[in-house]
Amino acid sequence: MEWETVIGLEVHVQLATASKLFSGTSTEFGAEPNTQANIYDLAMPGTLPVLNKEALKMAVKFGLAIDAEIGMTSVFDRKNYFYPDLPKGYQTSQLDYPTVGKGKLVIDMEDGTQKTIGVTRAHMEEDAGKSLHEDFHDKTGIDLNRAGTPLLEIVSEPDMRSAKEAVAYMKKLHSIVCYLGISDGDMSQGSLRCDANVSIRPRGSTELGLRTEIKNINSFRFVEKAINLEVERQIDVIEDGGRIVQETRLYDADNNETRSMRSKEVANDYRYFPEPDLLPIVIDEAFVEAIRETLPELPDVKSTRFQEQYGLSEYDAKVLSSDLATANYFEDVVATSKDAKLSANWVTGDLQAYLNKEEIPVGDSVVSAQALGGLILRITDNTISSKIAKTVFEAMLAGEGDADSIIESKGLKQVTDSGAIEKLVDDVIANNPEQVQQFRDGKEQVIGFFVGQIMKASQGKANPGQVNQMLKEKLSK
Amino acid sequence: MIDSDLAAISRALIQEEISSVELTQEYLKRISLENTDLNAFVTVCEESALEQAAAADESRSKGNAGAFTGIPIAHKDLFCTKGIRTSCGSKMLDNFIAPYDATVVERFNNAGAVTLGKTNMDEFAMGSSNETSFYGPVKNPWDRSRVPGGSSGGSAAAVAARLCAGATATDTGGSIRQPASFTGITGLKPTYGRVSRWGMVAFASSLDQAGTMTQSAEDAALMLNVMAGLDEKDSTSSVSDTEDYTATLDKPLEGLKIGLPVEHFSTGLGAEVEQKIRDAIAEYEKLGATVKEISLPNSHLSVSAYYVIAPAEASANLSRYDGVRYGYRCDDPADLEDMYKRTRSEGFGAEVKRRIMVGTYALSAGYYDAYYRKAQKIRRLIKNDFQQAFQEVDVIMGPTSPHTAFPIGSQNDDPVTMYLEDIYTIAVNLAGLPGISIPVGLVNKLPVGLQIVGSDFAEAQLLNVAHKLQQATDWHTQAPVAGNK
Repeated sequence: MEWETVIGLEVHVQLATASKLFSGTSTEFGAEPNTQANIYDLAMPGTLPVLNKEALKMAVKFGLAIDAEIGMTSVFDRKNYFYPDLPKGYQTSQLDYPTVGKGKLVIDMEDGTQKTIGVTRAHMEEDAGKSLHEDFHDKTGIDLNRAGTPLLEIVSEPDMRSAKEAVAYMKKLHSIVCYLGISDGDMSQGSLRCDANVSIRPRGSTELGLRTEIKNINSFRFVEKAINLEVERQIDVIEDGGRIVQETRLYDADNNETRSMRSKEVANDYRYFPEPDLLPIVIDEAFVEAIRETLPELPDVKSTRFQEQYGLSEYDAKVLSSDLATANYFEDVVATSKDAKLSANWVTGDLQAYLNKEEIPVGDSVVSAQALGGLILRITDNTISSKIAKTVFEAMLAGEGDADSIIESKGLKQVTDSGAIEKLVDDVIANNPEQVQQFRDGKEQVIGFFVGQIMKASQGKANPGQVNQMLKEKLSK
Repeated sequence: MIDSDLAAISRALIQEEISSVELTQEYLKRISLENTDLNAFVTVCEESALEQAAAADESRSKGNAGAFTGIPIAHKDLFCTKGIRTSCGSKMLDNFIAPYDATVVERFNNAGAVTLGKTNMDEFAMGSSNETSFYGPVKNPWDRSRVPGGSSGGSAAAVAARLCAGATATDTGGSIRQPASFTGITGLKPTYGRVSRWGMVAFASSLDQAGTMTQSAEDAALMLNVMAGLDEKDSTSSVSDTEDYTATLDKPLEGLKIGLPVEHFSTGLGAEVEQKIRDAIAEYEKLGATVKEISLPNSHLSVSAYYVIAPAEASANLSRYDGVRYGYRCDDPADLEDMYKRTRSEGFGAEVKRRIMVGTYALSAGYYDAYYRKAQKIRRLIKNDFQQAFQEVDVIMGPTSPHTAFPIGSQNDDPVTMYLEDIYTIAVNLAGLPGISIPVGLVNKLPVGLQIVGSDFAEAQLLNVAHKLQQATDWHTQAPVAGNK
C-alpha cells in the first residue's frame, strides 16, 4: 500500500525580550544557575505576575506577519502539573483565547514551488527551568534561570505531507521570527524548539490516522530525521498488522531513534483554568496598527524586490532573502560594487562557503560587505580577473588587508597593456606551430590551449578578453 | 491608653501625651500576659517592635510624623514580612521567612506603624473558626471556650482583647467579617482590587482581599487610608481613585436607602440575633434612613459556587508547596514522587487537603463544565443580583452570621456545617463588593455583627454609614473582660 504522511508542528519560539514574561528578571543566557530567578520566578508565596508588554507586542507582531486573526481579548490560563523545574506547580499559558489566532505561512519547496501551511494559533506561555541530572550524586539540581522566559508556541494545521515540508516550514518560521526581531533564532540555545505530530494514512484517504507526538527536536536536520524515522516506524507497525498508539515519543539524536516516553510522564490532566492573577488582556485597533507600522519587509516581499530591483534569479533572490543578515549584507555589497548579479554570486558562493566552513553567521565574517564590494569593483573595472579575485579573497580572509592593498602588494593587477599582451601572444603562436595548424584546419577549440598558455605565462594577470581577441585576429591571418 | 481605639491613640501620639515606645511596651506587656491563653499571636516581635517605636518617636521629634506614626498594629500571618516568619497557620510554612514585605506591610512600615507581631489564623485562611491552624485554635476573648471565628481569628481576638490598636486581615469568603462579628469589633473587607494582594499568601486569588480589624469605623478608615491604592505589582489591583476615607465619616444619613435581603432574614437565622439586627436598623431609621425589603434571588447558590471556585484556585495556588525550594520537606525522600507525597501529606492539615482535593476534582477533565464553569456562571448571576439591588438602594444590611460564636470543637464533625457559617458573607466575595461588619449588641454576653454591603468602591460610604451608627450608639465600645483583670 502507498502511504501518505500527515504532519503538524508545534514550534516554541523563545521571544527576545530583555526580561521574563511575568517578572522583571533578565533573560540573558548563560548566567550561573539560579542567579536570574527573583522571588516570583522562585514562586515565593504571595508573589504575583505582571505581563511583559514587550512579549505581547512581539506576539501581535508575529500574528500580523502571518496574516493571522489577532486576539483583541486574550486570556492566560494555568496549566497544572508537578515538576521540580516548574516552581509554581502550574505553567501560565493561553488555552481558549490565544493572542494569535488563525493565520498562514507560505513555504518554499526544493523544486521551487510554494505551498501554504495553515497556522492554527500562536499563544504566549512561560518556559520552565532546567533539571540538571549530572554532578549531583543521586540528586537532581534545579536551575530556574530559564523559568519564566517568554515563549510563543506556534501550532500548525496538519498540512505538511513530508519531512522536507516540515523542514521548509521550520525554516520559514525561523526566517520570519528573525526578520521580526522577536527571537534571536539561535537553535543551539533552544530559541526554536519543535514537537511534531506525525500520522500516516493510505494515499487518497481523507481521514487522519492516529498520531504520535515527537518531542525534543531542536534542529532542522533532526526534524527531518525524526519525522522520517517515525514514518518508517509507523508503516512497519501497520504493515506488520499492528496498530499505532497515540503517545508521546522522544527523539534520541544520539541513537537515531524515537522511543515511547513512559505513559506516567505524559498521562497528565492539566486542569486548565483561567489565571485569576491576571486580568484578560484587552488591546485595541490603535495598539495593533502601531505594531503593524513597525513590521519590516518580510522574506517573500524582499525576494520579489530582489528579482525586480537587481534582476536576480528567483533562486538567488530566495537564498539571499531567507536570512535577514545575509540579505542586508548582500545589499551592502551591491551598494559598493554596483553589480548585483556578481555580488549575488559572491555572497552565495565564496562567502557562503567560507561561512559554512567556519560555522559562523554572516555578521561574524572577517570580510565586511564593503570590503567584498570593493573586491567585486576591481573585477568589474578589469583591474583583476575573476580568478585572481579568488586569490585576493583568500588573502582578505587571512586578514591581509583590503582588496586594493592586496592587489598592489602582490602585484596582481591585470595586464591590459596591448603591447605586452601582443608579445605574449606572438611568443605562444611561435612556440606552438602544431596547434596553430590545427586551428587553421578548423579545430577552433584549440584556442583554449593558447589562452591557457598565455595566462600561465602572465601568471594569470593578462586580461582574458584582450588575449582572446588578439589571438583570434592573429591566428586568422 | 491601650484600651482606647486607634483614632484616640493616634491623637494621643500626635499631642505627645504618650510615646510610641511607651505604648508598644504596654501592648507587649498585655500580649505576654494574655497571649498564652488566647493564642491570638503566633509570633510576637518584641525587639523589632520597640526599635520601630523608637524610630517613630524620633521621627516625631524631628517633625516628620504622620497620622499613623508610632501606632502599634498586628499583621495576619499571611502577609509576608521580611525577616519575620510568615507561617500562614501551616506546618508547611512553619520555617518560612519571606525575603520581602507584602505591599500592605510595606505601606504600614512607610507610614511609621509598629508591627507587634503576626496573628494566628486558619491554615492558609481555610476555615471559619480558627481551629485549622497548625498553632492551635484562638480563643474568643468574650468566652474562652468559644471560637473567635475565622479565618482571621487571631487578628479579631487581638483587637477585641486590646492587644493591638488595629490589625490587618484578609477575607476570601467572610474571613474578616465573621470573626469581627464573633468578637464584637469592626471588620472591613474592601472591594476586590482596592488593596494590593502582593505579598499575601494566596488562597483563592479571585476572591482574596486584604482589610482591617479595628474597634471602630473611624479606625478602619485610618487604616484603609494607608493600605488602599493601585499597586503595579498586582495586576488585579484597581486603577480607580482612592480617597481620604476619614473625610466623609460624619456625612448625615438623611435619605440613605437601606435594602434588607429577604434571603438573609429567613430560616436558619437565630431569633435573638435577628432582633439585634432589627434594633440596629431601627437606629438607622432614626438617623433618617429609609428601609426597603429587597431580594438577592441567587444567594442560596453562593456557598456551593464558592466551594467550587475557591478550592479550584487554591488547588493550583498551593501546588508550589512541593518541598523543592522553601518550606517543609519530608525527611529522607526515596524519590521525587515520595518527596511530593509525603511533603504535602505531612505539611498540610486536613481541611487544606480536603479543599485541594475538592478543587482538583472540580477542574478535572470531564468535570470542569459541570463544576467550575457552572460556578462561574452562578458568580455572574450573583453579581447581577447585587447590581440590580443597587439600582434601588444605597447599601444592603443584614446579619453577618446567623448566630454568635460557637464552642471550640462543636462543629468539627461535618465540614459542610462549617461551610454554612459564611452563608451571608460569601456572596459579597463572589461579587467582589465591599462589606463591613460592625457590632450591634450582645446575645447571651456574645457579640452580634451587622453586615453592611456597598456597591463597587463604596468604602467611604460604608465607613460613613458604620461610623454614624457608632456615633449614635455605644455597641462598638463594649469590650470583653480581660482575663487578667
